[in-house]
Amino acid sequence: MLNFTKSKILFIYLFFTIISAFSFLNLFDDEDKFINKKVNLGLDLQGGSYLLLEINTDPLISERIQNKVIPLKKTLRENNIKFTKFNVLSDKIKFTIPDNNVKSFERILFSKKNNSLNPFIAQYSAYQLDFINSKNNIELFFSKMGILSINNSALNQSIEIVRRRIDDIGTKEPTILQRGDKRILVELPGVKDPERIKDLIGKTAQLNFRLVNNEGKEFGADKLKSESDEELTVSKRIIFSGENLVDAKPSLDNQNNQPSVSFTLDRLGAQKFGRVTTKNVGRRLAIVLDNEVISAPSIREPITGGSGIISGNFTFQEATDLALLLRSGALPAPLSIVEERTVGPDLGQDSIKSGSISLIVGFILVIIFMFFKYRLFGLIANISLITNLLMLIGVLTILEATLTLPGIAGIILTVGMAVDANVLIFERIKEEMKTEKSIIHAFDIGYNKAKITVLDANITTLIAAIILFAFGSGPIKGFAITLGIGIVTTLYSAYFISRHLTSYIVLNSKDGKVVL
Amino acid sequence: MNRNYNFTSLFTIANICSFVIFFASIMCIIFKGLNFGIDFKGGTLIELRVDNNQTKISDIRNSLTNMNIGDINVKEFGTKGDYLIKVEQTKEQNKNLIPALKKSITSNLQTDISFRRVENVGPKVSAELLESGLIAICLSLAAMLFYIWIRFEWQFSLGAIVALIHDIVITLGLFSLLSFEVNLSIIAAVLTIVGYSMNDTVVIYDRIRENLSKYNKLDINNIANLSINETLSRTIITSVTTLLALLAIFILGGEILKGFSFAMILGVLIGTYSSVFVASPILKYLKVSYKTMLKEEEKITP
Repeated sequence: MLNFTKSKILFIYLFFTIISAFSFLNLFDDEDKFINKKVNLGLDLQGGSYLLLEINTDPLISERIQNKVIPLKKTLRENNIKFTKFNVLSDKIKFTIPDNNVKSFERILFSKKNNSLNPFIAQYSAYQLDFINSKNNIELFFSKMGILSINNSALNQSIEIVRRRIDDIGTKEPTILQRGDKRILVELPGVKDPERIKDLIGKTAQLNFRLVNNEGKEFGADKLKSESDEELTVSKRIIFSGENLVDAKPSLDNQNNQPSVSFTLDRLGAQKFGRVTTKNVGRRLAIVLDNEVISAPSIREPITGGSGIISGNFTFQEATDLALLLRSGALPAPLSIVEERTVGPDLGQDSIKSGSISLIVGFILVIIFMFFKYRLFGLIANISLITNLLMLIGVLTILEATLTLPGIAGIILTVGMAVDANVLIFERIKEEMKTEKSIIHAFDIGYNKAKITVLDANITTLIAAIILFAFGSGPIKGFAITLGIGIVTTLYSAYFISRHLTSYIVLNSKDGKVVL
Repeated sequence: MNRNYNFTSLFTIANICSFVIFFASIMCIIFKGLNFGIDFKGGTLIELRVDNNQTKISDIRNSLTNMNIGDINVKEFGTKGDYLIKVEQTKEQNKNLIPALKKSITSNLQTDISFRRVENVGPKVSAELLESGLIAICLSLAAMLFYIWIRFEWQFSLGAIVALIHDIVITLGLFSLLSFEVNLSIIAAVLTIVGYSMNDTVVIYDRIRENLSKYNKLDINNIANLSINETLSRTIITSVTTLLALLAIFILGGEILKGFSFAMILGVLIGTYSSVFVASPILKYLKVSYKTMLKEEEKITP
């Protein structure tokens, strides 16, 4: 085990040099480096906000069920299926059909051709709808895959909209990722107070324009409260909605200098807006955001230009936020914040400081201890410890891993545990020296016999680190990464670098005597 | 150095002690319970720093009592002027709780306050975090069981797992007894303890296996004693270096890492003890010998 060919030695140190060279990249702040790699600081070290959002698709599902009512009735009528007791619930439609029609209903529902009522989702190879039949009472609902596809598209759309809103606020380097099938993870480095962002993310921002209808004759009307607590009867009929908006900007109302939001409509929206305002001069138009009337001005004259102004007791901040929400579009389903963690920049700084201090102190303590215990070979163990640390940071840099406070703890723990490999080997050599006459032989056997133990011992810790990585979240993942990589670099530095240094000393000792 | 301590003579008394402490820990965990942090219980946590020296802990408490938000816990946290506020999870989730809390504190204390850390974990997420933490611990135990079973014989695998459960239960028992908070980082610590204690056990087991075939006339009692003695200096040196590193974190690493490093220190001490006094005696009770080892090997390679 002590013989190294020249090429092997070259390779060992070349590999070490390349890996550890990466660790020095962290010392430079230059952005236009040839290799732009760096260890990222976790939110707990640089400060920032972590938010976990959960989408609630229940309202969306019930909306989609509502949308099925008309095509369903149409299909049933077209096929001469008489239905009775038609009842729409939040997640299903119930109705009764004659016994002899059940078979044909099933055939129609699951036909692949031109099935607009129940489309076949090729991606999941399943139909969108499913039904159960008990004594001719049909219950029609979304199939598992149907719900999944609605959830997925709603989630993807929400991620897009959340990204637009966050980008619009101007946060630096946000991370927005899907987590599971109902959640979105948002990381906002450097954000000290996420309240405004939380507010903006939490709003569905469903905007629509509807006529105020105080006679209550027209089909369907909602009783909604306006901002000034005035109760208005607002027609259910939507003239146009946020989808027709092409732009929205905060502005100042030129009549009273109040902050307001000016918007521009697309062609379709402009046409509708023009038609309705021409017909209904004198009536009031309610501007409804998430089922709340923001303002309900009277139509003074036809608006045909396709642009308009929303005014209603805003502060400038509110006007800016409303414009931002309208620009980004409405969320398909409401989002709620299920987990939130915010670390202020000063705590992050303190953590970096105390983390590095304890790393340095722990490192020095271990080095001193090893030197006093093994002297010359303690020095070798310490050199291998330093190479180990450099390589660990090098690998973290190559992977552009995220360093967290528990991650620093992982590095310190690696320092404490890394010497174990060398200790195991040295102790074994000591034992062998008692029986072996040749020193070289003792070292050789010692390294060989300790090899299995060292591997066994380290693999167990590696298993723990891998499981921790798979199950841990955020900061804990950072700990698992440093611990896991630390084990690999420990094995490298103990079995290549420290073994080579040891062999160099043993083979070059003149009198063949080495004190361990 | 030729150490030859008689460890095996201590096995019986050590095992009785372990037994008693183990069951006391279980009782403590069951009846006193663990002090779960918001990670596992849900709720809101605010760490704040007050610049002014006159502010008392009661002032902060008073500034929150009239908010009527249920159970509130305020304590000093690390350096002077740092406080930690914990608000229990209420049934209906209040979307505006955090801004309301901040507002109430700032308006009542009338001094410069910096909010250093704000965390809020909903009931669903906390239940999931607890579940995945428990799964991770069980999975790591299963993985260790499997690894030792491949590398050694089943008796060793059983011994190692008993030692691991012993370590985890007693560490958590102490956390329960001392009412220390159990949060995500404690789960990380427990998993690391699993790795570390296993590491220690494997080193001794490796030597026992080697000695079993080397001195096939000796009985397991003597083999265990010999092996523990032979690996003793390694056991001590590694524990010392690991403890040195952990002490550095515990004393200098700041308040956030205190619980983690404390759990690790306990774990290293208990883990080192258990590899000598729990994992090894089990081989004795299972009557492991050169012959059983051969039998096991025959079964695998007929």
